[in-house]
Amino acid sequence: MGYSFPEEVLEHVLSFIDSDSDRNSVSLVCKSWHDIERWCRRRLFVGNCYAVSPAIAIRRFPELRSVSLKGKPHFADFNLVPHEWGGYAYPWIAAFAKAYPWLEELRLKRMVVSDEALELIAKKFKNFRVLVMYSCEGFSTDGLATIAANCRNLKELDLSESEVDDVSGNWLSQFPDSYTSLESLNITSLSSEIRFTALERLVGRCPNLKTLKLSHSVPLDLLPNLLQKAPQLVELGSGLHTKEVHPDLYSKLAGAFSGCKGLKRLCGLRDVVPSYLPTLYPICFGLTSLNLSDAPIQCPELIKLVSQCQNLQRLWVLDYIEDTGLIALAESCKDLRELRVFPSDPFGQEPNVSLTEQGLVSVSAGCPKLHSVLYFCRRMSNVALSTIARNRPNLTRFRLCIIERFRPDYITQEPLDVGFGAIVEHCKDLKRLSLSGLLTDRVFEYIGSHGKKLEMLSLAFAGDSDLGLHHVLSGCKSLRKLEIRDCPFGDKALLANAAKLETMRSLWMSACQVSYRACKLLGQKMPRLNVEVIAEQGHPDSSPDEYPVEKLYIYRTVSGPRSDMPSFVWTMDKNSALRSS
Amino acid sequence: MPSNTADQSPDSGTTGMSLKDTELTLGLPGEAQVVIVGGKSCSKRGYSDTVDFRFRCCSGESSAKAEKVDWPGKEISGPGKAPDSKAQVVGWPPVRSVRKKALKSCKYVKVAVDGAPYLRKVDLEVHRSYQQLLMALETMFDCFTISSNDLEESKIMNPVNGAEYVPTYEDKDGDWMLVGDVPWNMFVESCKRVRLMKSSEAIGLAPRTPSCTSTT
Repeated sequence: MGYSFPEEVLEHVLSFIDSDSDRNSVSLVCKSWHDIERWCRRRLFVGNCYAVSPAIAIRRFPELRSVSLKGKPHFADFNLVPHEWGGYAYPWIAAFAKAYPWLEELRLKRMVVSDEALELIAKKFKNFRVLVMYSCEGFSTDGLATIAANCRNLKELDLSESEVDDVSGNWLSQFPDSYTSLESLNITSLSSEIRFTALERLVGRCPNLKTLKLSHSVPLDLLPNLLQKAPQLVELGSGLHTKEVHPDLYSKLAGAFSGCKGLKRLCGLRDVVPSYLPTLYPICFGLTSLNLSDAPIQCPELIKLVSQCQNLQRLWVLDYIEDTGLIALAESCKDLRELRVFPSDPFGQEPNVSLTEQGLVSVSAGCPKLHSVLYFCRRMSNVALSTIARNRPNLTRFRLCIIERFRPDYITQEPLDVGFGAIVEHCKDLKRLSLSGLLTDRVFEYIGSHGKKLEMLSLAFAGDSDLGLHHVLSGCKSLRKLEIRDCPFGDKALLANAAKLETMRSLWMSACQVSYRACKLLGQKMPRLNVEVIAEQGHPDSSPDEYPVEKLYIYRTVSGPRSDMPSFVWTMDKNSALRSS
Repeated sequence: MPSNTADQSPDSGTTGMSLKDTELTLGLPGEAQVVIVGGKSCSKRGYSDTVDFRFRCCSGESSAKAEKVDWPGKEISGPGKAPDSKAQVVGWPPVRSVRKKALKSCKYVKVAVDGAPYLRKVDLEVHRSYQQLLMALETMFDCFTISSNDLEESKIMNPVNGAEYVPTYEDKDGDWMLVGDVPWNMFVESCKRVRLMKSSEAIGLAPRTPSCTSTT
């Protein structure tokens, strides 16, 4: 037998390989590489917590230190996924508590995390360092108190966008005086009053604190003290509101900001008093990321602020910035890579600001590195979209939301097929796309032909027929996630492309025309898919098979149907009979 | 990557490609055939069936389920006229509820319907009157209809089982009241949660007085 590579050498080589897909490739080389790789993999990413069971994950990777899990489908962000749908973290954490006593990091997204789960984390993982709960729910400040009291080596606690049952602000005091390892704290979603003295002491004794993102309830008066205790901050999130304007406070704040020489990222600024904005001017030049999407700052002040941030790479802002502000942005911020413009009045019938497609066109022309766009507006034209596409063929993420549904090109009254077609045609590396406005099947033809690198596609109120869905499923080779609401897509395209679904992470369809019969058929024929029907109005058996299901969530899995479904979710299985847990 | 069982030319790029060419192989015998008419497909079942049956309709939660949307075509009166644009559609525009909270002081309350296994949350701040709230509830819970926009006259009814519902709410003091008894702003201020109670169970609550207003 020829010589073989000593395991230790291979392990050492593999320790330089971080990317999951590279590691997956390594594990396919031969049996012994598969075995060595699985023993030395330390990080795991599970994009759909129901695609695999904790037991299978643990069996394959016995020595993990860091796990990321995602639960609910993306449309849960917009209230389309019913409460109690699922995505429970507890079973995972309980299994990890037994298998990985040395687990250091947990990153959870759109999952339900109970206080019991947090308690397990606090008590079972001796070297726990990073807890990120993005858009999660199900826990309270009591759970946070247990984490604070027990995790001696905690570096990062991030609760972005999570719904926390805010029982009391005292949990922060549970960090013992001996605890000094905090590097990143994000508690923006908490609303109760926290003990400011506890916060100040915590900030003061953690010399490596780099990220501090605070909730709305932290008053302005406190900020200068905090900043003085943490001049090493790189990222800050804070309101700048105050009940009264003291001249004293202004200069204290200005001084404190100037002291933060390393500040690169700024967010929050809810209820900011415009007259305090100039305190930020000294740090603007150093900022690479600015998130003003919670800040009700209007145009002139906004332009003044943004035009001083010449090194800005990421800007999230409300549509108060208007076209004029975006033109100024395009002139000042040549390093801009990501722009998100959110609506200040999404439910208003009439535009409340002068923000149109022109703003986006200007930024696309002026910012050569712009590759990621999320833009809410009230009108669009094919010509503007084509211009944007030609200006920025380097776009990788393009999400456009025209607020009123079915809006055509405002100049020609045509559908926006051609415009979006230009986007997919010119932007060859486009990975993520969201469509809006008046769209026919034609746009899907373009997407199917050109969107070869497209991984995630979001559709709403678009298309004419099954042909549209067929174009997407048959043409988009790299598609992983497809989410659709209120489109006239039905059985034919879905059944004809059933095999495609096994190559994707998931498909969500709500308020479409997929019949119950087709769901049963799909469930029967495709055992490696979970075909979940969500029917809040009662058992789908109680109406004829050809009637459309309300909501459908299909995902590939190696674990079979899940066992934690609520009463209104059914998995179509191979017996084509309903099974609910 | 496994190829589709259907036969296709992926880059044909012509509108001539129709689903008929794709040889749908998972069709059951006797299943409705799809007829391709000018690039659109029309199910044998026909569009009218989907419209008539409100509660199984293609556009589920969206207010587009109302009479004016012409699936699969787009003959909508007026350029870009969205049907029923006044009513709020669940989840549209796609703004995260956390973000909505950031923009306004919002007042999310849970809404329960007797007999339904699920709760919804509704933001009272978004609506300006009882009519708007009722319309939003009708959109959110497809299982009932509201017979009139006038709160005093309206009946909330589940046509499937004929049950009538009465909208009630729990106020700050923990008392259960009938929705509509107080001016709208006062209601928003004091409402902690809403329950659509079956009429048969709402006997203990004070009957609506004829003089109460249903406008703000």
